[in-house]
Amino acid sequence: MVPGSLSVKKLLVALVLLAALGAAGFWLLTAPFTYEALRGAPDVTVATAPNLENGKTLFYAGGCTSCHAIPGQDDRTRLGGGLGLQSPFGTFYAPNISPHPRDGIGGWTVASFIRAMREGVSPDGRHYYPAFPYTSYQRMAAQDLADVFAFLKTLPPVEGKVRDHDLPFPFNVRRGLGLWKLAFLDGKPIQPDPAKSAEWNRGRYLVEGPGHCAECHSPRAFTGAIVDGKRFSGGPDPEGKGFVPNITQDKAGLASWSKNDIAELLKTGFTPEYDAVGGSMAPVIKNTSQLSDADRGAMAEYIKSLPAVASPPRPPKKAE
Amino acid sequence: MLRIIIATAAIAIGATAVVAQSDVIAQRKDIMKSVGGATKDPGAMLKGEAAFDLAKVQKSLATYQDAAKKMPALFPDNSKTGGETTAAPKIWEDMAGFKAAFQKFEADATKASAEIKDEASFKANFPAVLKNCGSCHESYRVKKS
Repeated sequence: MVPGSLSVKKLLVALVLLAALGAAGFWLLTAPFTYEALRGAPDVTVATAPNLENGKTLFYAGGCTSCHAIPGQDDRTRLGGGLGLQSPFGTFYAPNISPHPRDGIGGWTVASFIRAMREGVSPDGRHYYPAFPYTSYQRMAAQDLADVFAFLKTLPPVEGKVRDHDLPFPFNVRRGLGLWKLAFLDGKPIQPDPAKSAEWNRGRYLVEGPGHCAECHSPRAFTGAIVDGKRFSGGPDPEGKGFVPNITQDKAGLASWSKNDIAELLKTGFTPEYDAVGGSMAPVIKNTSQLSDADRGAMAEYIKSLPAVASPPRPPKKAE
Repeated sequence: MLRIIIATAAIAIGATAVVAQSDVIAQRKDIMKSVGGATKDPGAMLKGEAAFDLAKVQKSLATYQDAAKKMPALFPDNSKTGGETTAAPKIWEDMAGFKAAFQKFEADATKASAEIKDEASFKANFPAVLKNCGSCHESYRVKKS
């Protein structure tokens, strides 16, 4: 017997044990129930009668239709999904969220809908990718989410499941998202700030919650999370085309815009110079144009209050 | 009026063909700026910030028609990049759709020009013309700042 062989064997056993422990730890940490155990179960208490009008408003504020409506057709209420969303991690395909009982969300309970929106977890306990902006939707009140769910149920059911996301390893391991959520999802709905006006609070709710403006108007770290302290300062288009503008009060942002200018953009899509916004903002305007003047004014009030943050550095220009 | 517009457009198209390759990116930017500038007056009227003025509205519509005629010729294959262009690659992938978008813009502006006689018909017809701006930019323009 060679003297060293025992220690090698021991080492191997230790490694196997460690790997098993690591796997168990990963399994435990990434389990959807762990997130819930650490953050607390979401408040799913809702009144019996949903407010469909409120649900419709928040449906448009939330921009659901921009990703989930079937691409290439005009009916924005046919939520059969299928739109491809390119990202540095691969291509995500928006699922069917029409009330179809088998292929959509027709068989869901209101509690499972609220969990999906707040915790990014499916009724059968799988993590959703944060391309679905639950990092913002988690700010919404349970009653509001129940109203959105009730409104979704009034839309036409669409048959057909959408294809799987097209993601390379390791991003195709959904369990890994459990760790991501522990790091970047806090599960806290917005609480009104009593020191601020009702209008500002309404605007903050719409912008930070359903509107999920920061999801595109902020730079992201390599983890895919928004860079701390750079929220709303713009950044490279996550879809890889061009640059999303800074919407803070920085001079490169909206410092020179009045509250009315911002509200008008949300209504008509025109800047004060009568440039019509394009790209991914064009579908956003289709949604915000459905809101009331009061809600657009509130969003503008809140956006006008965002402290100036310098834009992140531009990506180096490609040689032409 | 119509004759002047057609004449202007005809001259513009001829002139465009001659200088097409010189600096098409700068030209198309200037035209887009002229469209934005032409929208200021009717925009303020729509918001109720300015009094309705038929002559100004018709002038803006003429600028739109003119721009819609000139623009499609300003995107040769050698102008995909450079000059800080915000033209999206989709223009060259879907040139037919891009040209059709300008034809629709021109047709909508022409129709509005014929139908707008007073403030009521202005408010009824002008917004449909403006919809062209956003729908075209959605597909064919990339924001870079």
